[in-house]
Amino acid sequence: MSEALLEVTDLVKHFPIKSGLLIDRTVDYVRAVDGISFNVAKGETLGLVGESGSGKSTACRAVLQLLKPTSGSVKFEGREIAGLGRRDLQPLRREMQMIFQDPYASLNPRKRVGQIVGDQLKIQKVASGKELRTRVEGLLDRVGLSPEHINRFPHEFSGGQRQRIGIARALALEPKLVICDEPVSALDVSIQAQIVNLLDDLQDEMGLTYVFVAHDIGVVRHISDQIAVMNHGKIVETGDADQVCEHPRDEYTKKLLAAVPIPDPKESRARRERTTAG
Amino acid sequence: MSGPLLEVDGLRVGFATEDGRVQAVDGVDFRLEAGEVLAIVGESGSGKSVTAQTIIGLTRSPNTFVEGSVKLNGEELTTQTEAQLQDVRGSKIAMIFQDPMTSFNPVYSIGRQMVEAIRAHDRSIDKKAAHRRAAELLDAVGIPDADRRVDDYPHEFSGGMRQRAMIAMGLALEPSVLIADEPTTALDVTIQAQILDLIQDLNRSRGLATILITHDLGVVAEVADRVLVMYGGKVVERGSLDDIFYDPQHPYTWGLLGSLTRLDQPRPHRLPQISGAPPSLLNLPTGCAFRPRCPHEFGKCGEVPGLEARLADSPEHRDRCWLTPEQKRAMRQIEGRIGLEEPA
Repeated sequence: MSEALLEVTDLVKHFPIKSGLLIDRTVDYVRAVDGISFNVAKGETLGLVGESGSGKSTACRAVLQLLKPTSGSVKFEGREIAGLGRRDLQPLRREMQMIFQDPYASLNPRKRVGQIVGDQLKIQKVASGKELRTRVEGLLDRVGLSPEHINRFPHEFSGGQRQRIGIARALALEPKLVICDEPVSALDVSIQAQIVNLLDDLQDEMGLTYVFVAHDIGVVRHISDQIAVMNHGKIVETGDADQVCEHPRDEYTKKLLAAVPIPDPKESRARRERTTAG
Repeated sequence: MSGPLLEVDGLRVGFATEDGRVQAVDGVDFRLEAGEVLAIVGESGSGKSVTAQTIIGLTRSPNTFVEGSVKLNGEELTTQTEAQLQDVRGSKIAMIFQDPMTSFNPVYSIGRQMVEAIRAHDRSIDKKAAHRRAAELLDAVGIPDADRRVDDYPHEFSGGMRQRAMIAMGLALEPSVLIADEPTTALDVTIQAQILDLIQDLNRSRGLATILITHDLGVVAEVADRVLVMYGGKVVERGSLDDIFYDPQHPYTWGLLGSLTRLDQPRPHRLPQISGAPPSLLNLPTGCAFRPRCPHEFGKCGEVPGLEARLADSPEHRDRCWLTPEQKRAMRQIEGRIGLEEPA
């Protein structure tokens, strides 16, 4: 195992519940992320699974410092980033990117593809002018789009193509860590495999490290080296992806896996008989 | 009553749009028997939801062109007036939708909305009795403490409970057919399993015939008896559950089966994929609609193949592909699995 790119220790994110007419009083907290720890090694993929409300997305945002963690430590390449200010975080943003779930909502409809993908290269003063255009075209090509798409608007693309634009945007600054928050759940089945394979290839080519969040355990297992299972803001089980899926130890993980439909009528009939008999 | 419960024949649905006419459904036939679960599988734009909505007349509009016939117990539905259809909806065919968050009116309690549905069809039931009936129905679909929860507002129910409540409301008038359009897509897997169990229970205990529309073959494997696979507005394959999973004839079906991730099998190095994207209905390819994405395409594919039985021993298993059954069996085996093509 190579060294850890990301080390998360006792990360907590609580949202206060306020009440009161004139003076806000905090009456309780929503414990969205309640003390989670995990490491992700360079070039590997950690899959984060759990049901809605388990705190997966909040965890991602707290890791990237898009939400200020309540407490705990997030180390990126050995350096503490939890609690850093905006200015200190800006150069780090180049290293850590995110791919979002909804390819319809995560692209600005008024910008052309070239701007969507290239803007951060400009903001971070990496490239401009002709070089910027060449780089954007190269990125589009890399994610399986055509360089001619550079002047089009997002609405001219299908869901799968939009997700490719989102991936190109995330990779523009050649980050080390990419957090993928449900990147395929909004896509058609025949397109999901294309995107999963694309992410796989890009990881090999660019040595990327992924945190891959999804509720589809089959997809997570396919792409991940390690899997962490979240429930009520806590990680209930972590381990090797195959190990967790084939020999789950935690009761909640077992329950979650048992609910995943088996796309094989004979197997699913057999399983149903086992459960009614047991 | 002899004959099928629901019979759909040569159903075609077109929409006039600014960019020309879109043929969303292009010749769908099927029969649904009492107590059967029929799954319609397809991706966005395949015409599966439009088919379902047209059955109960939800797509009617001056810009819609409906051809073909839909018969419920031998009675033609496509020519009925809106008032007659109103009577069919709910009392004979109920429909539940994907999104249980937006299917209820947020400003009325669940019970009140159920009472309204019950009394809309039968004014002789007084409000009190209808309210009691609503509570019974919620109890029947597994809402705990239904007597009290019946007066809750939609936001007080979780997603799974709302979908149960939708089903309860659908059952209020004891319909013989339930159309479920992606009923579990918005739900977590553990809740999905519960809703599928519920649909199956109702199917067995009440003989409720169900049309299940989904893109998820895992869900299909759990509950369906028969399957229609749709692509580009046409049925490309239909057969029994086992036909579709163990002897699929259409390359699109192979692709769908191949790209599934399975927890009960070792993971492949790469996920087998279908290249390209589903076609735009405004600009369908000539011939077989799957042709541009199909690695086994050959000269004959420029003509649209009919939906025919090509296997001598199973006349109910039909597909739209020109390849011979022998060619198909040889082509779809990839590393011991059914798949479309070896991943690049």
